[in-house]
Amino acid sequence: MTAWFNARNAFVAALLAALALLPLYCSMTGNYFPMSLFTRILVLAMAAVSLNLIMGFGGMVSFGHAAYLGIGGYVVGILAKEGIGSGLVQWPLAIAMSGLFALGVGALCLRTRGVYFIMITLAFAQMVYYVAIGLDRYGGDDGLTIYKRSTFGGVIDVSNNIVFYYLCFALLLATVYLVWRIVNSRFGLVIQGARSNDRRMRAIGFPTFRYKLTCFVIAGMICGLAGALLATHTNFISPAMMHWTRSGDLIVMVVMGGMGSVVGPVIGAIVLLLLEEALPPLIAVFTSVIAGHEVIGAREYWQLILGPMLLLIVLYARGGIDGLLASVRRG
Amino acid sequence: MLYFIEQCLNGIQLGMLLFLLAAGLTLIFGIMDLVNLAHGSLYMIGAYFAATFAAWTGSFIAGAALALGATLLVGMALEVVAIRRLYGRDHLDHVLGTFGLILFFNELVRLIWGPAGMTLSLPSQMLSAVQVLPGVYYPAYRLVIIATTLVVALLLYILVMRTRIGMLIRAGASNREMVGALGINIKLLYTLVFGLGAALAGFAGLMQAPILTVQIGMGENILILAFVVIIIGGIGSIRGAFVASIIVGLIDTIGRAFIPDILRLFLSTNAASSLGPSLSSMMIYMLMAAILVFRPEGLFPAASK
Repeated sequence: MTAWFNARNAFVAALLAALALLPLYCSMTGNYFPMSLFTRILVLAMAAVSLNLIMGFGGMVSFGHAAYLGIGGYVVGILAKEGIGSGLVQWPLAIAMSGLFALGVGALCLRTRGVYFIMITLAFAQMVYYVAIGLDRYGGDDGLTIYKRSTFGGVIDVSNNIVFYYLCFALLLATVYLVWRIVNSRFGLVIQGARSNDRRMRAIGFPTFRYKLTCFVIAGMICGLAGALLATHTNFISPAMMHWTRSGDLIVMVVMGGMGSVVGPVIGAIVLLLLEEALPPLIAVFTSVIAGHEVIGAREYWQLILGPMLLLIVLYARGGIDGLLASVRRG
Repeated sequence: MLYFIEQCLNGIQLGMLLFLLAAGLTLIFGIMDLVNLAHGSLYMIGAYFAATFAAWTGSFIAGAALALGATLLVGMALEVVAIRRLYGRDHLDHVLGTFGLILFFNELVRLIWGPAGMTLSLPSQMLSAVQVLPGVYYPAYRLVIIATTLVVALLLYILVMRTRIGMLIRAGASNREMVGALGINIKLLYTLVFGLGAALAGFAGLMQAPILTVQIGMGENILILAFVVIIIGGIGSIRGAFVASIIVGLIDTIGRAFIPDILRLFLSTNAASSLGPSLSSMMIYMLMAAILVFRPEGLFPAASK
């Protein structure tokens, strides 16, 4: 057993405390932008945690995880448009539809391995994307505004942004706890065993296909809930929610934070999305120092920095940020 | 019926384009075991080069030739700087690293050529329509695409199957160490193969440039279609890529053209017109799913591995 108190755990505890206190800070300063940003971060962190369950622990590299975000979001949006405003219907249905899609896709994809798996998940996600574009009644390419947020019989008021922030926070914690429990259960051990040697697991009598499919569906359902939250947060759904680059972003979050660590993806989501916010002004400062004046439009090119950064992370920092924190402890 | 023939030709033309992309992808995957998402970026760069060089030289042909060479060089430089370091790593690393490259190339193109797209105009003799069958007129340029791609496919076949360098490429695919031990510069060979793949992608981009607008991100959606092609055809098989390209091109084009009409026979016009686009864009993915159920390794699985 490792000691409970170490650099990594202290960091995670500080992070959780900061997340819990953020709305307080916002209401004191009156600037609610950080809370809106962090609601988004929490929701996408939840999606990344679910992706990590199959990718980090199960070795199933899904390049189509954003499809569940889209499905969850579209269920909420479509029901809202058709006049069913109860979150007690919307959210469970979002989870169920994502789970169903994951079951179908998983049953097909898990027949293959490696690079096939990556490409097939990508292709099916692209299919959902095009279907959403084809849905003229629900906005097609332009998307659909949700005019009224879900209602929960007056118990939870998600229209209140602070309540909604804490709801997302609680659901993220619940997801992290759930994934932690799954990973450390017998089921989770079979999944991890199948990642390192599928044939051996089958030889000792585990029907790994069923285990992996179940794991794939669980991840899809969690991500579907994240999609419902994302749609609620933005009051808007559009095919862009599940553009394939979003799936790439989720993979980046998982790898950046640290694959195979339960809290890693949360850190990765925070770092990636904060980088997206911070890189443009940083570039502006940097170029104005070099050129002596503000270079117009320079801040738009932040992805020119982010792209090579990803390549460097892949080449030199495979454990991600969580891995770096853990190596601090080892000295 | 005339409309049907025209759509078939369109489908074949799309298929040819997909083949150029898929052949490069499958070659790079089969030989270097590398998943290259940035292949679509090379397609985009080829199109931008063609538009620039054609405007510069004033000739479409000269612009295309220069663009082809430039894309080859970009591909080889990319291999030496970045891609080379990814060989032998996990597929996830390839995905992530080349995803980073896509972001980089999109921004770089925006920095160099600006956010607005470009257009590439054709020489006048290619603008006319040709009578392919009695009563069926078809744009000459699209026929040029089909014909040149067929020539390229043939050259590629000869290169890989009938020349010494093709022999080395095939040997490198089956046993890298052994080829290296026999005194072949395998690093250079890999750079050449990546450059060849890049040139094929760039060729697809520059052929497509006059038909579509040259814009940022143009390579991404067609790249995913090319993935579908190589899944159906079997990864690592150029022959499979060729057959699957034509199948996917035909099904996609014909589906988009006729499914709304077919639905109208069963459903109300309203329902058909709202369901049609969604359903027709699902066609090729359903084909892919069916192939996966019956032949998980694709139509023409590569013999080794």
